[in-house]
Amino acid sequence: MLDSTIAELSAALTARSLSSVELTSAVLDRIDAENPRLNAFLTVEREAALEQAKAADARRAAGENGPLLGIPVAHKDILMTAGVRTTCGSRMLANFVAPYDAHVVARMAAAGMVMVGKTNMDEFAMGSSNETSHFGPVMNPWDVERVPGGSSGGSAAAVAARMVPAATGTDTGGSIRQPAAFSGICGLKPTYGVCSRYGLVAFASSLDQAGPFARTAEDCALLLSAMAGHDARDSTSLDRAAEDYSGDLERPLKGLRIGVPHEYVSQGIDDEVTRRIYEALEALLRLGATRVDISLPNVKLSVPVYYVIAPAEASSNLSRFDGVRYGHRAESYTDLNDMYQKSRAEGFGGEVKRRILTGTYVLSHGYYDAYYLKAQQVRRLIAEDFKRAYEQCDLIMGPTAPTTAFRIGENVNDPVKMYLNDIFTIAANLTGGPAMSIPCGFDADGMPVGLQIQGNYFQEARILNVAHCYQQVTDWHRRSPQGLAS
Amino acid sequence: MMGEYDTLVSFVFAQFFPRKMALSLADVQRIAYLARIEITPAEASDVEAKLGRIFDMIGELRAVDTTGITPMSHAQDLMLPLRPDVVTETDEHLVYQQNAPATEGGLYLVPKVIE
Repeated sequence: MLDSTIAELSAALTARSLSSVELTSAVLDRIDAENPRLNAFLTVEREAALEQAKAADARRAAGENGPLLGIPVAHKDILMTAGVRTTCGSRMLANFVAPYDAHVVARMAAAGMVMVGKTNMDEFAMGSSNETSHFGPVMNPWDVERVPGGSSGGSAAAVAARMVPAATGTDTGGSIRQPAAFSGICGLKPTYGVCSRYGLVAFASSLDQAGPFARTAEDCALLLSAMAGHDARDSTSLDRAAEDYSGDLERPLKGLRIGVPHEYVSQGIDDEVTRRIYEALEALLRLGATRVDISLPNVKLSVPVYYVIAPAEASSNLSRFDGVRYGHRAESYTDLNDMYQKSRAEGFGGEVKRRILTGTYVLSHGYYDAYYLKAQQVRRLIAEDFKRAYEQCDLIMGPTAPTTAFRIGENVNDPVKMYLNDIFTIAANLTGGPAMSIPCGFDADGMPVGLQIQGNYFQEARILNVAHCYQQVTDWHRRSPQGLAS
Repeated sequence: MMGEYDTLVSFVFAQFFPRKMALSLADVQRIAYLARIEITPAEASDVEAKLGRIFDMIGELRAVDTTGITPMSHAQDLMLPLRPDVVTETDEHLVYQQNAPATEGGLYLVPKVIE
């Protein structure tokens, strides 16, 4: 049952061969069995979930149906969930109870999804390995000595370990796609503005987006259709006609032009990763697509651009954590300033502090033009590269990450080395374009490799279509880690 | 596998970091004050070393020719949406203040600011 996709589970629920209460109980039991080993969940809401499952079954008995009615979901702990602890993986919010639901959480609940709990994450979404969480690292279900990726490591591990069929994540520099790649599942970042950021604790406001994790593209399409939509409470939420992201899944790939940037397949990338990517491309060419060699000359500047802009925005967004209205307040301090300084020093971990300090510096008097303004100009150069590329191709593909999952502790002392994990994912956040990672094989150690599919603005349906067609002729997405509790 | 990763790191570094940018301890303390985060003397040198590495990486942006390029602050070219100037929020302070460290009579308590 827990190996089934959302689509399969929905069919079983519709046929009444399974109830949401039965499904949710199985999911909760699986979480109890796996979580001590993987640390994917920070909060599990057993009673509340079973209540929601009963309510979903009642809605179905009253004649309602929908593809997500009664399906369990886990939410990344950066999303507000009313009445439920929301920590952002930080000591700063260790006991914070959300007073309201994030927009995407409310939309999924309205569709009848059953929230089983909140997942572990890098602190305030700053990280690529889920090692900066105040609550301990998450283990990769494929090899518990390795990281699941980050910052949405808990959500990725939960889906990969079949603890839950659906999970939400957020992506600011790759934090959905990279953990999807490291954990062998599908993860999608929509076009900026497609999902409301209301209730998504802000890290970098011009980059953050929420998105779905699942094991198939078909499932991701169902989840995205529920999550997407205009919200007046988020001034960056786009007011567009509702889209059914499942509508185009079966469209044939004949005539599809796949752009492969030579910067994505050149030196410095793991051989096995490159080989899996080329094999995936071959499969798509056999389905009727054509390959176009392209160049994104400025894409190598993505990492320095991001590590100016994201910390700058973070330094502003995290200034609200001052111990006054919510969050950690120091036990003892001499005056108001001291209260701020000590509360923030105690509440934030090392990586968060480093990013706030970096951001403060690049925005400070005398440095703003040289760093922040400059980075914004280079951001435009990168966006122009992509604009030009989409004149020659429909989608851009390459590896999601330069390597497969590395060992826990391997990169924690070298922030820049950690940052280079995001080298392929960051550009989609800077430009705002949609991008998805899907599993495309394994390396010699049995660790998953992720294929990244990027598209022009609002091309989510096309990306999901290509991913779905690929998943009809391959079975990487159905593989399961060994050693899961049954 | 990690050998290739180290090659990537060196490759990127060779492209980007011809000269080192020095960040002094005084800089670190000044920024820490602006950010209202207390950095102890013990932490300061570790922070300085790590920030130094980060600034080496981002410093290379300064060599890129961006003459005449309009800064891109956002993915969208949007105007801030407007709405009618009517009250739509309700008073939820009891709910919101449940997370407050110290309150009294609906007010948040903080150390005295004015002598």
